[in-house]
Amino acid sequence: MAERVATATAGSPTRALAGRTFPARYRVATRRAETPDVVTLDLEPLDDPIPPPRPGQFVMLYPFGTGEAAISVSGLGDGGTLQHTIRAVGATTRALCALGRGAVVGVRGPFGSDWGVGSPDLDGLDVVVVAGGLGIAPLRPAVHALLGRPRSGRLSVLVGARSPADLCFADELGRWRRRADLHVAVTVDAAAPGWDGSVGLVTDLLAAAPFDPRRTVALVCGPEVMMRLAARGLEAAGVAPERIRCSLERNMHCAVVRCGHCQLGPLFVCADGPVLPWATVAPLLAVREL
Amino acid sequence: MRRTDIHALLGEHPFFAPLEPGDRDLIAGCGTNVVFPAGSVIAREGDAADRFYVLRDGRVAIEVHAPGRGPLVVATADAGDVVGWSWLVPPHRWRFDVRAVTDVHAVALDGACLRAKCDEDPALGYRLLRRFSGVVADRLEATRIRLLDLYGAPAPGPAPATPGGARG
Amino acid sequence: MDGRTGRDEPDAGRGTPAVVVDVDGLDRMIRGLARAGYRVVGPVARDGAVVLDDVDGVADLPAGVGDEQDAGRYRLTGVAGGALFAHTVGPHSARRFLSPPRRTLWSAARDGDGFTVDGPAADDPPVALVGVRGCDLAAIAVQDRVRQRSPHPDPACASARARAFVVAVDCARPASTCFCTSTGTGPAAGPGHDLALTELTDAHGHRFVVRVGSDRGAAALAGVPWRPATAADLDAAARVVGDAAGRITRRLDPARARDVLAAAPEHPHWDDVARRCLSCANCTLVCPTCFCTAVEDVTDLAGGHASRVERWDSCFTLDHSYLHGGAVRGSTRSRYRQWLTHKLSTWWDQFGETGCVGCGRCIAWCPAGIDLVAEVAAIAGAPGESGP
Repeated sequence: MAERVATATAGSPTRALAGRTFPARYRVATRRAETPDVVTLDLEPLDDPIPPPRPGQFVMLYPFGTGEAAISVSGLGDGGTLQHTIRAVGATTRALCALGRGAVVGVRGPFGSDWGVGSPDLDGLDVVVVAGGLGIAPLRPAVHALLGRPRSGRLSVLVGARSPADLCFADELGRWRRRADLHVAVTVDAAAPGWDGSVGLVTDLLAAAPFDPRRTVALVCGPEVMMRLAARGLEAAGVAPERIRCSLERNMHCAVVRCGHCQLGPLFVCADGPVLPWATVAPLLAVREL
Repeated sequence: MRRTDIHALLGEHPFFAPLEPGDRDLIAGCGTNVVFPAGSVIAREGDAADRFYVLRDGRVAIEVHAPGRGPLVVATADAGDVVGWSWLVPPHRWRFDVRAVTDVHAVALDGACLRAKCDEDPALGYRLLRRFSGVVADRLEATRIRLLDLYGAPAPGPAPATPGGARG
Repeated sequence: MDGRTGRDEPDAGRGTPAVVVDVDGLDRMIRGLARAGYRVVGPVARDGAVVLDDVDGVADLPAGVGDEQDAGRYRLTGVAGGALFAHTVGPHSARRFLSPPRRTLWSAARDGDGFTVDGPAADDPPVALVGVRGCDLAAIAVQDRVRQRSPHPDPACASARARAFVVAVDCARPASTCFCTSTGTGPAAGPGHDLALTELTDAHGHRFVVRVGSDRGAAALAGVPWRPATAADLDAAARVVGDAAGRITRRLDPARARDVLAAAPEHPHWDDVARRCLSCANCTLVCPTCFCTAVEDVTDLAGGHASRVERWDSCFTLDHSYLHGGAVRGSTRSRYRQWLTHKLSTWWDQFGETGCVGCGRCIAWCPAGIDLVAEVAAIAGAPGESGP
């Protein structure tokens, strides 16, 4: 009989695998509905926590008996607390969104590449964050990290949503908007009564964002079509494709370069990505059904 | 604002800057400075479209009025945007309502005057039309992309051959 | 057999003089491996094919059984002389035992309002693979490099691989589908074995020239009667391998295939293949280097226990590229392109080598007779199209 993780002794081989090969257990500390079909869960560790994820990385979440889903980290708290912002689209994400406070969920991770916002390379550069829909989730910790230490470059956060009701982290966006060190612009596809904000595509927001394209790094996340448009708009503005980082989605099934499902040409998106330079992915995304 | 100021403004504007200076002179000659307080109607669907606007400050909403639902915002435009092309194509009537969301400062350009000059000088007409078709193409693209409802719950694609795999 | 009985183990390593054992010696070796705790797996003629299964001794091996293979064709034949390894490769490969088609990764049990997690199950007994051909020996190494690419290699597979004992066999009767001379993987068994055999059935008797590849291999010969190989034995063995190489006519240049396919994602020939391909996944299931897997939750009826079960998967299924309610690779054209381009081209980018070992299984076991060598040639050769 295999050793139980819960009772595994420190230093045992089984314990060393927890969180990577099989899950570490976390408890849902809080559950917050962001929109009608998007939920943010705060998870606190029951077992040894997984290593702290870097902004842009993802984990595999396991609600008991349903399966695993690759979910980005939308925030990091104290004591190894993880935040995940999840839309119910399939069996596993529906199960995750239905978890109540106190429920237990398995976590493996963190996996994949990150936005690179911890790198001193970004100092002195302008950063433009472009988020479409739920694409704001993996970008949020990147903004937190950029705001959390002194930098000389400017920071812009451009957000597109389906409608005002579908806007995630609306309160936080409001607080960011009042900051002097941050340019925040939000637009929606479809306005609602009382909405006096922008109506249009997120790429329309590039025109008014303060950045010097020759000294800018762009972080882009959203549906693939939106990322193509955003990259095109950023390139047209003069940002080099090597400096446009986008977060790709493929079928991240095992997250550890074993299952083969997330391949995009030569890439294993689970390990080479999800964050990749536009210069790398543009020729791959241009091939249909690759 | 004096004409020379309008000329300077157009010279720095991404839409007008690529035009030849002579063309810009001509357009600036048709321009006047205007202010619309928040909530005011700038244009109404069906009215004669004799003007278009270069927004200098503020936000306007391009709207359709639906009975019982009020104004439905189709798109918004902000500082730097050019609003209105109905003056250029028959029947020269506004196709949407345009309303000031905030206080709006703009340069109003006399489309009727410009139209007459374009009719006299088709080469000028072609140059202007080329600029405006860029604006129209961008708006059309944005509209088409928004029609896809990209951020909504994804519509099912080809069905998997076998059930079972864990799904996002 | 005359000479020494192997109290003395032959020394391991390169340059070690080869030894000769007879059929009884091979039988003793197999039984010795079983006694040492190995699950011994070798070729067995069953259900019209030579498959890999448990063997107790040489009596289980397919004596006098050969095979005829061609595109979409595999038939067993009788071969005079009673050779035990007169066949080439069947539908199974070492992959079946080193990363099994179905296994449990971990499991979870409900516990109050939460659950507990049980880690990987205890290791299975180590496997001893008897009769591994050069192509499959190379495939084991290819799979090793795939596993090493993972930031968190699977512990059970790594353990199974590290403990596996490999008895390789040089190929004497290559099939028409074979092209190991192109991939540099055969017909002689290359490195990576514990023992490598060349089967001889000439006038001097049914015997095996044995090369020792490891200390474990040397140890496995303890208790097996052997004698040093003579020059005549070595000449005979070299002739077997040389003749086999001479009979292989199918050619594929792996380096050129890499470039050809990298340049041809939109080649019209993919449509031609797609009209023939049934998307049945046979090629991926018989391929000794394919590694794709899927993991599913299997729960008991009461819902108190769930197992994470890994099974082999194939890039020919729609599920493989599933994303938000649809498949990225929805067409057969795109799925065949993915398989062939991955195997022969992007594999180089990922692992620094080709993913093909020239075993020809995918050609023989394709119900539509699709021949990857011919498809690459068609993509490479059509003038004026995107092939170089």
